[in-house]
Amino acid sequence: MDRGVRLKLVLQEAGLQAGAKWVVAEGADAAALTRSVPIEKCLGDAVLVYSQNGERLRPQQGYPLRLLLPGFEGNMSVKWLRRLRVAAEPTYSREETSKYTDLMPDGSAREFTFYMEAKSVITRPSGGQRLSVPGFHEISGIAWSGHGKIKRVDVSVDDGQSWQEAQLQEPVLTRALTRFRLPWHWDGQPAVMQSRAIDETVYVQPTLAELLAVRGENYYYHNNAIWPWRIGTDGAVTNAHA
Amino acid sequence: MPMRKLQVAAFAALALSYATGIHAQNSYGIGRAATPAEIAGWNIDIDRHGNNLPPGSGGVSHGREVFDRQCAACHGAKGDGCIGDQLVGGQGTLATPKPVRTVGSYWPYAPTLFDYIRRAMPQNAPQSLTNDDVYAVSAYIFHLIGLLPAEATLDAKALSAIKIPNRNMFVGDLRPDVENPACMKDC
Repeated sequence: MDRGVRLKLVLQEAGLQAGAKWVVAEGADAAALTRSVPIEKCLGDAVLVYSQNGERLRPQQGYPLRLLLPGFEGNMSVKWLRRLRVAAEPTYSREETSKYTDLMPDGSAREFTFYMEAKSVITRPSGGQRLSVPGFHEISGIAWSGHGKIKRVDVSVDDGQSWQEAQLQEPVLTRALTRFRLPWHWDGQPAVMQSRAIDETVYVQPTLAELLAVRGENYYYHNNAIWPWRIGTDGAVTNAHA
Repeated sequence: MPMRKLQVAAFAALALSYATGIHAQNSYGIGRAATPAEIAGWNIDIDRHGNNLPPGSGGVSHGREVFDRQCAACHGAKGDGCIGDQLVGGQGTLATPKPVRTVGSYWPYAPTLFDYIRRAMPQNAPQSLTNDDVYAVSAYIFHLIGLLPAEATLDAKALSAIKIPNRNMFVGDLRPDVENPACMKDC
Protein backbone atom coordinates (compact mmCIF):
# COMPACT_ATOMS: atom_id res chain seq x y z
CA MET A 1 0.00 0.00 0.00
CA ASP A 2 1.54 3.26 -1.18
CA ARG A 3 0.67 6.70 0.12
CA GLY A 4 1.41 9.96 -1.53
CA VAL A 5 0.09 13.00 -3.32
CA ARG A 6 -1.57 12.91 -6.71
CA LEU A 7 0.83 14.31 -9.27
CA LYS A 8 -2.17 16.06 -10.78
CA LEU A 9 -2.47 18.24 -7.67
CA VAL A 10 1.17 19.26 -7.84
CA LEU A 11 0.88 20.08 -11.54
CA GLN A 12 -2.24 22.14 -10.90
CA GLU A 13 -0.43 24.01 -8.13
CA ALA A 14 2.42 24.76 -10.51
CA GLY A 15 0.13 25.54 -13.42
CA LEU A 16 0.41 24.01 -16.88
CA GLN A 17 0.67 25.79 -20.20
CA ALA A 18 -1.26 24.68 -23.26
CA GLY A 19 1.78 23.01 -24.84
CA ALA A 20 2.45 20.75 -21.86
CA LYS A 21 2.41 17.23 -23.30
CA TRP A 22 5.05 15.34 -21.34
CA VAL A 23 6.60 15.40 -17.90
CA VAL A 24 10.25 14.37 -17.70
CA ALA A 25 10.98 12.73 -14.34
CA GLU A 26 14.57 12.54 -13.10
CA GLY A 27 15.96 10.53 -10.21
CA ALA A 28 18.68 11.50 -7.77
CA ASP A 29 20.40 8.16 -8.26
CA ALA A 30 23.97 8.12 -9.56
CA ALA A 31 22.75 7.75 -13.15
CA ALA A 32 20.10 10.51 -12.75
CA LEU A 33 17.66 8.15 -14.47
CA THR A 34 15.28 10.02 -16.73
CA ARG A 35 11.95 8.94 -18.20
CA SER A 36 9.27 10.91 -20.04
CA VAL A 37 5.65 10.44 -19.00
CA PRO A 38 2.63 11.48 -21.09
CA ILE A 39 0.72 14.37 -19.52
CA GLU A 40 -2.52 12.32 -19.59
CA LYS A 41 -0.98 9.82 -17.17
CA CYS A 42 0.37 12.62 -14.97
CA LEU A 43 -3.11 14.17 -14.75
CA GLY A 44 -4.65 10.72 -14.22
CA ASP A 45 -3.62 8.18 -11.59
CA ALA A 46 0.07 9.12 -11.21
CA VAL A 47 1.15 9.54 -7.59
CA LEU A 48 4.14 11.05 -5.81
CA VAL A 49 4.72 8.43 -3.14
CA TYR A 50 6.33 9.10 0.24
CA SER A 51 5.32 6.05 2.27
CA GLN A 52 4.70 2.38 1.75
CA ASN A 53 3.06 -0.16 4.04
CA GLY A 54 2.73 2.31 6.90
CA GLU A 55 6.31 3.49 7.02
CA ARG A 56 8.40 6.01 5.15
CA LEU A 57 9.70 4.77 1.80
CA ARG A 58 12.79 2.66 2.25
CA PRO A 59 15.97 3.78 0.50
CA GLN A 60 15.69 0.92 -1.97
CA GLN A 61 12.16 2.05 -2.81
CA GLY A 62 13.10 5.63 -3.59
CA TYR A 63 13.20 7.56 -0.30
CA PRO A 64 12.20 10.29 0.22
CA LEU A 65 9.92 10.58 -2.82
CA ARG A 66 9.19 8.50 -5.87
CA LEU A 67 6.85 8.56 -8.80
CA LEU A 68 4.28 5.77 -9.09
CA LEU A 69 2.62 5.14 -12.45
CA PRO A 70 0.10 2.31 -12.00
CA GLY A 71 0.10 -0.14 -14.90
CA PHE A 72 3.22 1.28 -16.56
CA GLU A 73 6.53 -0.56 -16.82
CA GLY A 74 8.22 -0.26 -13.45
CA ASN A 75 11.30 1.59 -14.66
CA MET A 76 9.13 4.68 -15.25
CA SER A 77 8.15 4.97 -11.58
CA VAL A 78 11.30 7.01 -10.99
CA LYS A 79 12.79 6.63 -7.50
CA TRP A 80 14.60 9.28 -5.46
CA LEU A 81 12.69 11.81 -7.54
CA ARG A 82 14.51 15.12 -7.68
CA ARG A 83 13.03 16.89 -10.66
CA LEU A 84 9.96 17.09 -12.86
CA ARG A 85 10.24 19.07 -16.07
CA VAL A 86 7.18 19.79 -18.18
CA ALA A 87 7.89 19.70 -21.89
CA ALA A 88 6.25 19.60 -25.31
CA GLU A 89 8.17 16.47 -26.33
CA PRO A 90 9.64 13.42 -24.64
CA THR A 91 13.31 13.86 -23.80
CA TYR A 92 14.29 10.67 -25.67
CA SER A 93 16.64 9.63 -22.90
CA ARG A 94 18.81 6.54 -23.18
CA GLU A 95 16.28 4.63 -21.05
CA GLU A 96 13.48 5.27 -23.53
CA THR A 97 15.42 4.82 -26.77
CA SER A 98 18.26 2.32 -26.50
CA LYS A 99 16.55 0.54 -23.59
CA TYR A 100 12.84 -0.10 -22.94
CA THR A 101 12.10 -0.19 -26.65
CA ASP A 102 10.91 -3.39 -28.24
CA LEU A 103 12.83 -4.76 -31.21
CA MET A 104 10.53 -6.53 -33.68
CA PRO A 105 11.42 -9.29 -36.16
CA ASP A 106 11.52 -6.85 -39.10
CA GLY A 107 14.14 -4.68 -37.37
CA SER A 108 11.71 -1.94 -36.40
CA ALA A 109 11.45 -1.05 -32.73
CA ARG A 110 8.43 0.04 -30.74
CA GLU A 111 8.97 3.02 -28.48
CA PHE A 112 6.91 4.41 -25.59
CA THR A 113 5.31 1.01 -24.91
CA PHE A 114 4.31 1.93 -21.40
CA TYR A 115 1.42 -0.29 -20.34
CA MET A 116 1.96 -3.80 -19.02
CA GLU A 117 -0.69 -6.08 -20.50
CA ALA A 118 -2.56 -8.68 -18.45
CA LYS A 119 -0.46 -11.39 -16.89
CA SER A 120 -0.84 -14.14 -14.34
CA VAL A 121 1.24 -16.82 -12.71
CA ILE A 122 0.45 -19.80 -10.52
CA THR A 123 2.36 -19.31 -7.28
CA ARG A 124 1.33 -22.62 -5.73
CA PRO A 125 2.37 -25.08 -6.87
CA SER A 126 5.24 -23.37 -8.64
CA GLY A 127 8.83 -23.94 -9.68
CA GLY A 128 11.06 -25.33 -6.95
CA GLN A 129 8.15 -26.63 -4.87
CA ARG A 130 7.16 -30.28 -4.49
CA LEU A 131 3.72 -31.78 -4.01
CA SER A 132 3.98 -34.11 -1.02
CA VAL A 133 1.29 -36.65 -1.90
CA PRO A 134 -1.38 -37.25 -4.53
CA GLY A 135 -4.79 -35.95 -3.55
CA PHE A 136 -6.33 -32.56 -2.94
CA HIS A 137 -4.24 -29.45 -3.63
CA GLU A 138 -5.38 -25.89 -4.02
CA ILE A 139 -3.97 -24.14 -7.07
CA SER A 140 -3.40 -20.47 -6.31
CA GLY A 141 -1.80 -17.59 -8.11
CA ILE A 142 -1.94 -13.91 -8.93
CA ALA A 143 -3.11 -11.96 -11.95
CA TRP A 144 -2.78 -8.30 -12.86
CA SER A 145 -3.25 -5.91 -15.76
CA GLY A 146 -1.94 -2.46 -16.54
CA HIS A 147 -5.24 -1.78 -18.29
CA GLY A 148 -7.53 -2.13 -15.28
CA LYS A 149 -9.28 -4.83 -13.31
CA ILE A 150 -8.88 -8.56 -13.78
CA LYS A 151 -12.17 -9.89 -15.10
CA ARG A 152 -11.47 -13.62 -15.16
CA VAL A 153 -8.67 -16.13 -14.73
CA ASP A 154 -8.74 -19.56 -16.36
CA VAL A 155 -6.61 -22.47 -15.23
CA SER A 156 -5.61 -25.56 -17.19
CA VAL A 157 -4.19 -28.70 -15.54
CA ASP A 158 -3.91 -30.77 -18.74
CA ASP A 159 -1.27 -28.88 -20.73
CA GLY A 160 -3.76 -26.46 -22.23
CA GLN A 161 -6.26 -29.04 -23.55
CA SER A 162 -9.08 -27.65 -21.40
CA TRP A 163 -9.54 -24.71 -19.07
CA GLN A 164 -11.66 -23.96 -16.01
CA GLU A 165 -12.58 -20.61 -14.55
CA ALA A 166 -10.84 -19.93 -11.26
CA GLN A 167 -12.33 -18.07 -8.31
CA LEU A 168 -11.13 -14.48 -7.81
CA GLN A 169 -10.50 -13.22 -4.31
CA GLU A 170 -12.21 -9.93 -3.51
CA PRO A 171 -11.57 -7.09 -3.57
CA VAL A 172 -10.63 -6.98 -7.24
CA LEU A 173 -9.01 -3.59 -7.69
CA THR A 174 -7.81 -1.84 -10.80
CA ARG A 175 -4.16 -2.40 -11.75
CA ALA A 176 -3.63 -4.42 -8.57
CA LEU A 177 -2.56 -7.99 -7.92
CA THR A 178 -5.62 -10.23 -7.88
CA ARG A 179 -5.49 -13.62 -6.16
CA PHE A 180 -7.16 -16.59 -7.88
CA ARG A 181 -7.81 -20.13 -6.68
CA LEU A 182 -8.92 -23.47 -8.04
CA PRO A 183 -9.31 -26.72 -6.12
CA TRP A 184 -7.49 -29.61 -7.79
CA HIS A 185 -7.13 -33.32 -7.27
CA TRP A 186 -3.71 -34.59 -8.28
CA ASP A 187 -3.79 -38.22 -9.39
CA GLY A 188 -0.03 -38.62 -9.05
CA GLN A 189 0.53 -38.57 -12.82
CA PRO A 190 2.69 -36.00 -14.68
CA ALA A 191 0.78 -32.81 -15.41
CA VAL A 192 1.29 -29.34 -16.86
CA MET A 193 -0.67 -26.50 -15.26
CA GLN A 194 -0.99 -22.87 -16.27
CA SER A 195 -3.16 -19.81 -15.79
CA ARG A 196 -4.60 -17.29 -18.26
CA ALA A 197 -5.72 -13.81 -17.20
CA ILE A 198 -8.46 -11.79 -18.89
CA ASP A 199 -8.85 -8.14 -17.99
CA GLU A 200 -11.77 -5.73 -18.15
CA THR A 201 -10.83 -4.69 -21.69
CA VAL A 202 -11.46 -8.39 -22.59
CA TYR A 203 -7.80 -8.76 -23.46
CA VAL A 204 -6.66 -12.37 -23.04
CA GLN A 205 -3.15 -13.22 -21.81
CA PRO A 206 -1.42 -15.03 -24.71
CA THR A 207 0.61 -18.21 -24.79
CA LEU A 208 4.34 -17.87 -25.32
CA ALA A 209 3.92 -19.35 -28.82
CA GLU A 210 1.29 -16.75 -29.70
CA LEU A 211 3.48 -13.95 -28.38
CA LEU A 212 6.61 -15.14 -30.20
CA ALA A 213 4.69 -15.60 -33.47
CA VAL A 214 3.93 -11.87 -33.57
CA ARG A 215 6.85 -10.30 -31.74
CA GLY A 216 9.75 -12.67 -32.33
CA GLU A 217 12.43 -13.79 -29.92
CA ASN A 218 14.30 -10.48 -29.64
CA TYR A 219 11.42 -8.91 -27.77
CA TYR A 220 11.70 -9.09 -23.98
CA TYR A 221 10.57 -6.02 -22.05
CA HIS A 222 6.89 -6.93 -22.03
CA ASN A 223 6.78 -10.70 -21.90
CA ASN A 224 3.33 -11.30 -20.41
CA ALA A 225 2.99 -14.84 -21.78
CA ILE A 226 1.28 -17.67 -19.96
CA TRP A 227 3.84 -19.55 -17.84
CA PRO A 228 3.25 -23.30 -17.43
CA TRP A 229 4.57 -25.48 -14.62
CA ARG A 230 5.33 -29.17 -15.06
CA ILE A 231 4.46 -31.57 -12.24
CA GLY A 232 6.54 -34.76 -12.17
CA THR A 233 5.49 -38.14 -10.82
CA ASP A 234 7.57 -37.35 -7.72
CA GLY A 235 5.60 -34.12 -7.26
CA ALA A 236 8.50 -31.89 -8.28
CA VAL A 237 7.38 -28.63 -9.92
CA THR A 238 9.56 -27.29 -12.73
CA ASN A 239 9.45 -24.75 -15.55
CA ALA A 240 7.58 -26.42 -18.41
CA HIS A 241 9.26 -24.14 -20.98
CA ALA A 242 12.74 -25.27 -19.89
CA MET B 1 13.47 13.57 8.31
CA PRO B 2 10.06 14.86 7.32
CA MET B 3 11.37 18.30 6.44
CA ARG B 4 13.68 16.91 3.80
CA LYS B 5 10.79 15.01 2.29
CA LEU B 6 8.71 18.17 2.14
CA GLN B 7 11.56 20.15 0.67
CA VAL B 8 12.00 17.66 -2.12
CA ALA B 9 8.30 17.66 -2.88
CA ALA B 10 8.15 21.43 -2.80
CA PHE B 11 11.19 21.78 -4.97
CA ALA B 12 9.78 19.38 -7.54
CA ALA B 13 6.57 21.40 -7.63
CA LEU B 14 8.33 24.73 -7.86
CA ALA B 15 10.77 23.70 -10.52
CA LEU B 16 7.61 23.09 -12.52
CA SER B 17 6.17 26.42 -11.62
CA TYR B 18 9.27 28.22 -12.79
CA ALA B 19 9.25 26.31 -16.04
CA THR B 20 5.68 27.12 -16.92
CA GLY B 21 5.23 30.52 -15.33
CA ILE B 22 1.49 30.23 -14.83
CA HIS B 23 0.00 29.74 -11.38
CA ALA B 24 -3.29 28.04 -10.81
CA GLN B 25 -5.98 29.69 -8.74
CA ASN B 26 -6.82 28.35 -5.28
CA SER B 27 -3.16 27.59 -4.76
CA TYR B 28 -2.09 25.98 -1.50
CA GLY B 29 0.81 28.42 -1.60
CA ILE B 30 3.38 25.88 -0.45
CA GLY B 31 7.08 26.51 -0.89
CA ARG B 32 8.89 29.07 -2.98
CA ALA B 33 9.95 29.37 -6.56
CA ALA B 34 13.20 27.65 -7.45
CA THR B 35 15.85 30.16 -8.43
CA PRO B 36 17.42 30.06 -11.89
CA ALA B 37 20.72 29.10 -10.23
CA GLU B 38 19.09 26.13 -8.49
CA ILE B 39 17.51 24.96 -11.71
CA ALA B 40 20.71 25.45 -13.70
CA GLY B 41 22.58 23.11 -11.38
CA TRP B 42 20.34 20.21 -12.34
CA ASN B 43 19.22 21.20 -15.79
CA ILE B 44 21.25 18.74 -17.82
CA ASP B 45 18.50 17.21 -20.00
CA ILE B 46 19.31 17.20 -23.69
CA ASP B 47 16.56 16.31 -26.10
CA ARG B 48 16.80 14.53 -29.44
CA HIS B 49 17.38 17.79 -31.30
CA GLY B 50 20.36 18.67 -29.10
CA ASN B 51 18.58 21.48 -27.27
CA ASN B 52 20.40 22.42 -24.06
CA LEU B 53 23.73 21.00 -25.19
CA PRO B 54 26.39 23.03 -23.35
CA PRO B 55 29.18 25.16 -24.83
CA GLY B 56 32.47 23.40 -25.41
CA SER B 57 33.95 20.95 -27.87
CA GLY B 58 36.19 17.93 -28.14
CA GLY B 59 37.87 15.96 -30.88
CA VAL B 60 38.37 12.30 -31.74
CA SER B 61 42.02 12.09 -30.69
CA HIS B 62 41.40 13.51 -27.21
CA GLY B 63 38.31 11.34 -27.02
CA ARG B 64 40.46 8.27 -27.55
CA GLU B 65 42.53 9.24 -24.49
CA VAL B 66 39.41 9.79 -22.39
CA PHE B 67 37.90 6.54 -23.61
CA ASP B 68 41.04 4.50 -22.87
CA ARG B 69 41.20 5.94 -19.37
CA GLN B 70 37.49 6.06 -18.41
CA CYS B 71 35.52 3.69 -20.63
CA ALA B 72 37.59 0.87 -22.12
CA ALA B 73 37.71 -1.21 -18.94
CA CYS B 74 33.98 -1.92 -19.25
CA HIS B 75 33.15 -1.22 -22.91
CA GLY B 76 36.22 -2.86 -24.50
CA ALA B 77 39.28 -1.32 -26.11
CA LYS B 78 37.36 -0.34 -29.26
CA GLY B 79 33.85 -0.11 -27.82
CA ASP B 80 33.27 -3.74 -28.70
CA GLY B 81 31.73 -4.49 -25.33
CA CYS B 82 32.77 -6.40 -22.24
CA ILE B 83 30.95 -6.11 -18.93
CA GLY B 84 29.53 -2.86 -20.32
CA ASP B 85 27.37 -2.52 -23.42
CA GLN B 86 28.84 -2.91 -26.87
CA LEU B 87 28.91 0.59 -28.36
CA VAL B 88 29.96 0.06 -31.98
CA GLY B 89 29.18 -2.43 -34.71
CA GLY B 90 25.97 -4.36 -35.17
CA GLN B 91 24.72 -2.49 -38.22
CA GLY B 92 22.55 -4.79 -40.30
CA THR B 93 21.86 -7.23 -37.45
CA LEU B 94 18.60 -5.87 -36.03
CA ALA B 95 16.33 -8.00 -38.21
CA THR B 96 18.35 -11.17 -37.60
CA PRO B 97 18.04 -13.81 -34.85
CA LYS B 98 21.06 -12.30 -33.09
CA PRO B 99 20.62 -8.53 -33.13
CA VAL B 100 23.47 -6.42 -31.77
CA ARG B 101 22.09 -3.20 -30.33
CA THR B 102 24.74 -0.49 -30.15
CA VAL B 103 24.93 3.27 -30.33
CA GLY B 104 25.75 2.83 -34.01
CA SER B 105 23.20 0.18 -34.91
CA TYR B 106 20.23 0.95 -32.69
CA TRP B 107 20.18 4.35 -30.97
CA PRO B 108 17.96 6.84 -32.79
CA TYR B 109 19.48 10.17 -31.73
CA ALA B 110 23.11 11.26 -31.41
CA PRO B 111 22.59 13.96 -28.70
CA THR B 112 21.27 11.24 -26.38
CA LEU B 113 24.81 9.83 -26.21
CA PHE B 114 26.12 13.10 -24.75
CA ASP B 115 23.20 13.27 -22.33
CA TYR B 116 23.75 9.74 -21.08
CA ILE B 117 27.55 9.90 -20.79
CA ARG B 118 27.38 13.18 -18.92
CA ARG B 119 24.68 12.12 -16.48
CA ALA B 120 25.63 8.50 -15.87
CA MET B 121 29.18 7.67 -16.95
CA PRO B 122 31.72 6.51 -15.97
CA GLN B 123 29.76 4.26 -13.70
CA ASN B 124 32.16 4.69 -10.76
CA ALA B 125 32.05 8.50 -11.00
CA PRO B 126 29.06 9.82 -12.95
CA GLN B 127 28.98 13.55 -13.77
CA SER B 128 32.74 13.80 -13.22
CA LEU B 129 33.76 14.42 -16.85
CA THR B 130 34.05 17.94 -18.21
CA ASN B 131 31.76 18.94 -21.05
CA ASP B 132 34.78 19.05 -23.36
CA ASP B 133 35.67 15.49 -22.38
CA VAL B 134 32.10 14.34 -23.05
CA TYR B 135 32.15 15.96 -26.49
CA ALA B 136 35.55 14.35 -27.15
CA VAL B 137 34.56 10.85 -26.08
CA SER B 138 31.29 11.16 -28.03
CA ALA B 139 33.34 12.12 -31.08
CA TYR B 140 35.59 9.09 -30.58
CA ILE B 141 32.63 6.74 -30.29
CA PHE B 142 31.02 8.14 -33.43
CA HIS B 143 34.40 7.79 -35.13
CA LEU B 144 34.59 4.11 -34.09
CA ILE B 145 31.06 3.71 -35.42
CA GLY B 146 32.14 5.15 -38.74
CA LEU B 147 30.08 8.33 -38.67
CA LEU B 148 32.97 10.76 -38.08
CA PRO B 149 36.48 11.06 -39.58
CA ALA B 150 39.57 10.81 -37.34
CA GLU B 151 40.17 14.56 -37.42
CA ALA B 152 36.59 15.50 -36.47
CA THR B 153 35.65 17.73 -33.54
CA LEU B 154 32.20 17.83 -31.95
CA ASP B 155 30.35 20.75 -30.42
CA ALA B 156 26.65 21.31 -29.89
CA LYS B 157 25.95 22.04 -33.54
CA ALA B 158 28.06 19.22 -34.97
CA LEU B 159 26.69 16.63 -32.55
CA SER B 160 23.10 17.64 -33.29
CA ALA B 161 23.79 17.19 -37.01
CA ILE B 162 24.86 13.53 -36.74
CA LYS B 163 22.19 11.21 -38.05
CA ILE B 164 22.34 7.62 -36.86
CA PRO B 165 20.92 5.45 -39.66
CA ASN B 166 18.44 3.61 -37.42
CA ARG B 167 16.53 6.74 -36.38
CA ASN B 168 13.60 6.08 -38.71
CA MET B 169 13.07 2.50 -37.53
CA PHE B 170 11.14 3.44 -34.38
CA VAL B 171 7.37 3.15 -34.30
CA GLY B 172 4.76 3.69 -31.61
CA ASP B 173 2.96 1.22 -29.36
CA LEU B 174 0.97 -1.11 -31.63
CA ARG B 175 -0.50 -3.25 -28.88
CA PRO B 176 -2.80 -5.08 -28.44
CA ASP B 177 -1.29 -7.12 -31.26
CA VAL B 178 -1.45 -10.72 -30.00
CA GLU B 179 -4.73 -12.64 -29.82
CA ASN B 180 -5.56 -15.64 -27.70
CA PRO B 181 -9.00 -17.07 -28.60
CA ALA B 182 -9.48 -18.22 -24.96
CA CYS B 183 -10.49 -21.74 -25.94
CA MET B 184 -12.09 -23.63 -23.04
CA LYS B 185 -12.50 -27.25 -24.34
CA ASP B 186 -10.72 -29.51 -26.84
CA CYS B 187 -8.06 -26.91 -27.41
